[in-house]
Amino acid sequence: MLKVLRPAIVSFLLLSLLTGIAYPLLVTGISQVTMPGKANGSLIMKDGKPVGSSLIGQSFSDPKYFWGRPSATGPMPYNAASSGGSNLGPTNPALMDAVKARVQALRDADPGNTQPIPVDLVTASASGLDPHISPAAAEYQVARVARVRNIAPDAVRKLVAEHTEGRQFGILGEPRVNVLALNLALNAETGTH
Amino acid sequence: MSANGLLQIAMFLGVLLVLAKPLGWYMARVYEGKLPAFVGWMAPAENLFYRLCGVDRKQEMRWTQYAMATLWFSLLGVLAVYALQRLQGLLPLNPQGLGAVTPDSSFNTALSFVTNTNWQGYGGESTMSYLTQMLGLAVQNFLSAATGMAVLAALIRGFSRHTVDTIGNFWVDMTRSTLYILLPLSMVLALALVSQGVVQNFSAYQNVPLVESVSYDQPKLDASGNPIKDAAGNSVTEKVVVNEQTIAVGPGASQIAIKQLGTNGGGFFNVNSAHPFENPTPFANFLELLAILLIPAALCYTFGSMVGDTRQGWAILVAMMLMFVGFLAVGEYAEQQGNPAFTAMGVDQASSATQSGGNMEGKETRFGIVNSVLWATATTAASNGSVNSMHDSYTPLGGLVPLVQIQLGEVIFGGVGCGLYGMLVFAVIAVFLAGLMIGRTPEYLGKKIEAFDIKMASLVILIPPMLILGGTAVAVMLDVGKSSIFNPGAHGFSEILYAFSSAAGNNGSAFAGFGANTPFYNSALGLAMFFGRFWLMIPVLALAGSLAAKKRIPASVGSMATHTPLFVGLLIGTVLLVGALNFVPALALGPVIEQLNMIGLH
Repeated sequence: MLKVLRPAIVSFLLLSLLTGIAYPLLVTGISQVTMPGKANGSLIMKDGKPVGSSLIGQSFSDPKYFWGRPSATGPMPYNAASSGGSNLGPTNPALMDAVKARVQALRDADPGNTQPIPVDLVTASASGLDPHISPAAAEYQVARVARVRNIAPDAVRKLVAEHTEGRQFGILGEPRVNVLALNLALNAETGTH
Repeated sequence: MSANGLLQIAMFLGVLLVLAKPLGWYMARVYEGKLPAFVGWMAPAENLFYRLCGVDRKQEMRWTQYAMATLWFSLLGVLAVYALQRLQGLLPLNPQGLGAVTPDSSFNTALSFVTNTNWQGYGGESTMSYLTQMLGLAVQNFLSAATGMAVLAALIRGFSRHTVDTIGNFWVDMTRSTLYILLPLSMVLALALVSQGVVQNFSAYQNVPLVESVSYDQPKLDASGNPIKDAAGNSVTEKVVVNEQTIAVGPGASQIAIKQLGTNGGGFFNVNSAHPFENPTPFANFLELLAILLIPAALCYTFGSMVGDTRQGWAILVAMMLMFVGFLAVGEYAEQQGNPAFTAMGVDQASSATQSGGNMEGKETRFGIVNSVLWATATTAASNGSVNSMHDSYTPLGGLVPLVQIQLGEVIFGGVGCGLYGMLVFAVIAVFLAGLMIGRTPEYLGKKIEAFDIKMASLVILIPPMLILGGTAVAVMLDVGKSSIFNPGAHGFSEILYAFSSAAGNNGSAFAGFGANTPFYNSALGLAMFFGRFWLMIPVLALAGSLAAKKRIPASVGSMATHTPLFVGLLIGTVLLVGALNFVPALALGPVIEQLNMIGLH
């Protein structure tokens, strides 16, 4: 018994120190020295204060802003202290009701727009914190934002293009638009808050 | 599927295959004790480690001793993780002041991480202190993976040795797996992930102002904390306006690197690798995906190298790859089709240059359909279980793919160590079936396969379905079992089936709407994880011991070659047939009915 217990206990303690303390501290040390911005949450700073994270979305429902992906976090959308998806199944009536309501809200905010709605704009993201929408979802909203803000659609379209990221290295992932960064830029451009 | 989608998949599989050989070669050297020069400088530290532990590196173990060492070591892990969760409120590195985790949830999580399952009944950022995550969960990410790799090394020695009664030294195999394989790879991956935006710090959660404030209704409470009701008996609500966002951070990258490499899968945050801090960019996603399958694929080469015939390893790897591509194709097709109900509402689900389209409920924009399904297929082929999209919201056919892959025993790549030892057991069964068909004594790699070996192999193949189907049957008969269902109809049955499959298969992914954090499921799934891990590991070690003791028979004209396309086909057939015989009836009640419903409704 002792013959197996000593190696079990001592190796467990030593490997715990190595992998549970030394390893994360070393990674933290190197990251904090060489990449502090990334390691601390990619915060967007304005006048020395954080105004959001470029990786974490925020909730928008005012027609003057671009809206992001619907978020299923509780108790409020885009709760970055408690990530979560809707987990609604494909045949769940609650999913049908939710999508119908989102379609209706988009139509109500922009009655003249009869284009089909890009799917990412009416389906909840996995994390509830998705900072992006597809370029198609941004284009769908350009006319509305331009009208409410009383600026030319092409000026809005130009801002969208500036905040659109292509596939990484031209291959990986999907093209996408950062909603928070776009809305902050819209506010800066038109002087609203 | 778009040309870009095919390119992304081809690139992923190509890089995986290219890396399998060098890493596999390296791991074979590590387990044979012939360290290459670039890690040789660590040998004195390794020797000092053995001296402190009282281990004689050269003293080998019989299979029973090997199994006892595995079990004692795992038991210590369970006790440590349980204690850390129960005491975290009193311990340091807890800036959010999170309290003790409940006893049943702590029990479940302790077994979950020690068995390399990483099923999570809790939400990481709202439950576990930084200390618990690092010293409890991340340590087990390393040690449970190292344990699986050690057991595989022992089984390979069973094939490569003859007429001996020992299969290696558990302490040496486990320590080397950690020091020379898992730790260096994790270090590199963790830093690469931070460069993409994965968080790594010990700060309290960050508060940032919202551009547009958010309001929601919450039940109004009286002085003693009970909800106030109006005259009609409805709860009175009050409006809460929120102007700030609290952003959870923490030492994520170091833990995420090993959770992928060790096929553990337990997320730092609740939504795992769907969380933008856990998986921020498509390149981070590529690296994490690669990390899921890297070691399991490379171990095939290690196996070939250690038995002295690398063709044997490649044959197994080809069988895995073919099944993987088949399942991937089904999943990608099903998810890209989208949900027919949405099209009728005026929603555009078509794939184009400006959108991914498809069934985007529970998926992230940056990953789209291609990378979400690629991940779901990889994470359940391996016993990883991390997710970058919500499997519960997949179309029925799309959700069937991860479910079936888990039920096949996670032998398509599989977990580090345990995947390949599962596949080698299937190979033993395959040669046995072939032997029956042609009326010869079955042999594999020069070892005669006899009654005891087939009994052990049968245990490995029969115990998981027993746990999965038995557990599901019990759960659907009990009210406590049914009350955790989240989605109605056939999908609800799939949720329970998925939970038991994931637990018994030591996968850890979930149909996550399912309310698993109840005393019933914490206990039942905890036991399924325990038996699913150790009741397979012990027969595998017994098989290793039995094989090592046998004489080696030289190959003759009557021997079946086990590196040919014919054998690859036979192996795939065996895996699929055993899986189909066990699970088709259960699958018919869940995803199959739901798929018919979904089409039938429109």
